[in-house]
Amino acid sequence: MQQRQDFPTSNPHDAAAAEGLASARRLFYAALLRLDRSAALDVLSQALAAGHGLPAITEGCIAPTLETIGSEWEMGHLALSQVFMTSRIAEDTIDRLFPPGDASASIQPRIALALLEDYHALGKRLVALNLKAAGYSILDYGHVQAQELVEKILADGVEVLLISTLMLRSALQVRRVCDGLIQAGRHIPVIVGGAPFRFDPDLWREVGATATGASASDAIRLVQAFLEQRRDA
Amino acid sequence: MPETMTSMQRVLTALRFQEADRVPYFLLLTMHGAREMGLPIRDYFARPDLIAEAQLRMRARYGHDCLLAFSYASAEIEAFGGEVLFFEDGPPNSGLPFIQTPEQIARLAPPRIEDAPCLVRVLETIALLKTRSRGEVPVIAVVMSPFSLPVMQMGFEGYLRLLYDRPDLFARLMAVNEAFCVAWANAQLKAGATFVVYYDPVSSATITTLEQYRAFGLPIAKRTIARIDGPVATHFASGRCLPILDDLAQTGTAAVGVSIHEDMAALKTACAGRMSLVGNLNGIDMRRWSAAQAETAVKQALAQAGPGGGFILSDNHGEIPWQVPERVLDDIAAAVRCWGRYPLAWIQGGP
Ligand code: B12
Repeated sequence: MQQRQDFPTSNPHDAAAAEGLASARRLFYAALLRLDRSAALDVLSQALAAGHGLPAITEGCIAPTLETIGSEWEMGHLALSQVFMTSRIAEDTIDRLFPPGDASASIQPRIALALLEDYHALGKRLVALNLKAAGYSILDYGHVQAQELVEKILADGVEVLLISTLMLRSALQVRRVCDGLIQAGRHIPVIVGGAPFRFDPDLWREVGATATGASASDAIRLVQAFLEQRRDA
Repeated sequence: MPETMTSMQRVLTALRFQEADRVPYFLLLTMHGAREMGLPIRDYFARPDLIAEAQLRMRARYGHDCLLAFSYASAEIEAFGGEVLFFEDGPPNSGLPFIQTPEQIARLAPPRIEDAPCLVRVLETIALLKTRSRGEVPVIAVVMSPFSLPVMQMGFEGYLRLLYDRPDLFARLMAVNEAFCVAWANAQLKAGATFVVYYDPVSSATITTLEQYRAFGLPIAKRTIARIDGPVATHFASGRCLPILDDLAQTGTAAVGVSIHEDMAALKTACAGRMSLVGNLNGIDMRRWSAAQAETAVKQALAQAGPGGGFILSDNHGEIPWQVPERVLDDIAAAVRCWGRYPLAWIQGGP
């Protein structure tokens, strides 16, 4: 994960809760990698029964597990098929345990996610699964063009924008989105990702983005960092 | 010292794990041909005569050791009756997947090569390249592996779900794709291609696990490659392959396309005497290279994989992006010609 210096990275984990959830986290990780849905559900149900609330479970167990899986993929220790299946199971588990609506009980920023000028939806889908599993609700804009995206952001009052691309030509279109936002006087974090950004570590800067993540779960940390920054401001 | 071999001799020597007069290099250029001929990408790909002309002109300029007959991966989707989207500044992409529900797979049949104009054009390109290069330059043909094609046929997510949830329909899809892949590879060989590049990035360790490779990608590759009547190189399109190399060696592939995300010295050791390496310049990063950066990248690759033959210098994806300027290609070519002469005596002193 890379980002500008002025964009903090620290995780707002509560130390005590994180410690209490450490073993749940290990079990959850193992259950996900075995693709064992019922074990994954059991781990989280037990954490709930032990008195941990939803925010503590997402922050202390689900999010860090997904982040570990993401960084293991990035290092070449896991395959994308595993990232996909584990994210799917994590999201499914959350849906079963916490009926929709619960997750957004905390004050949520308006987060939008888009596939820019590109037809390869899996990267965006993984980001959506990861953010959802970490308790965020997002506006999914699907496949959009640069101008259309700027208009949607302005209309919806989006506060954090995430963009996924797979083709280099699409990645270069991010510049048009960033310029469009600046022209409209809208200064929001633009987090980009997808294969071209993994092959060219300077590309995010070149296109005017605020940060990039090498794997889909990095989106969780980056969004958290933005929230922190906003809270401190 | 003047070069003493034809490109064909140089490449075949390298593939026998011997040192030729210099390290062979492949500049795998597709869309740059459109720029060379002053045509929009879409119009260019419709003209085999212009593609052949551009390939020869680009080889005259950069001096590399191959001619590439590949148009775009989604041509195979076009052959199946699917949609292809063209862009002014990048490669064509497959459009909406033509398999929308897994059940459609039961009725799917492989298209006939002669019924698909986009494939027939590739065959015409190959024939022209073969004749015009008098057999002195390898003409490279490309096929998508049966295991990787479904990403375009049904979308990546739909395909992953099929892989995990519907073994019956997965097997049926592979049967269709294997039949098509073999026919398409052999048609290109018959038209005059020197070898076939089998694109199989879904088998790469970036996308699937070793267990999945052993269950799916490997047996499919073994069956398919065994039925292709000519030499095959396997390319992972810049996906990782170190964890699967021992298995890959059983497929009968002569060479493997490797990624900048892995250490090429380690890959070379792991492949030694079994498979040649093709790679690993970073095409995306390449857009901004200065002459000095091009030279450094080329020297590093040569030092890691050049000694003893078994190496063809190339980009790590198998296609150089449209955004890479011709100037950078000149710099890469100059660097290989300067530093690539065997016996690569400069390496002892470090790159
Ligand atoms: C498998 C593969 C193929 C397969 C399937 C492709 C597909 N999805 O349709 C096949 C063989 C069909 C193929 C074909 C082509 N490919 Co291809 N392929 C690959 C490969 C190996 C993986 C791509 C993939 O789908 N990965 C899965 C996705 C989900 O991974 P991802 O985008 O990296 O996303 C991860 C992270 O980046 C992150 N992420 C993604 N988005 C976001 C967003 C945010 C905000 C964050 C934080 C994180 C994040 O999360 C994900 C997982 O954690 C890559 C190289 C590589 N090593 O990655 C080349 C690659 C994508 N291919 C490329 C190209 C060019 C093509 C073709 C156009 C070639 C051609 N001329 O025909 C065709 C187009 C195919 C089509 N659909 O029409 C290029 C694209 C860049 C460029 N040069 O423009 C790549 C990058 C290769 C390279 N190094 O240049 N390809």
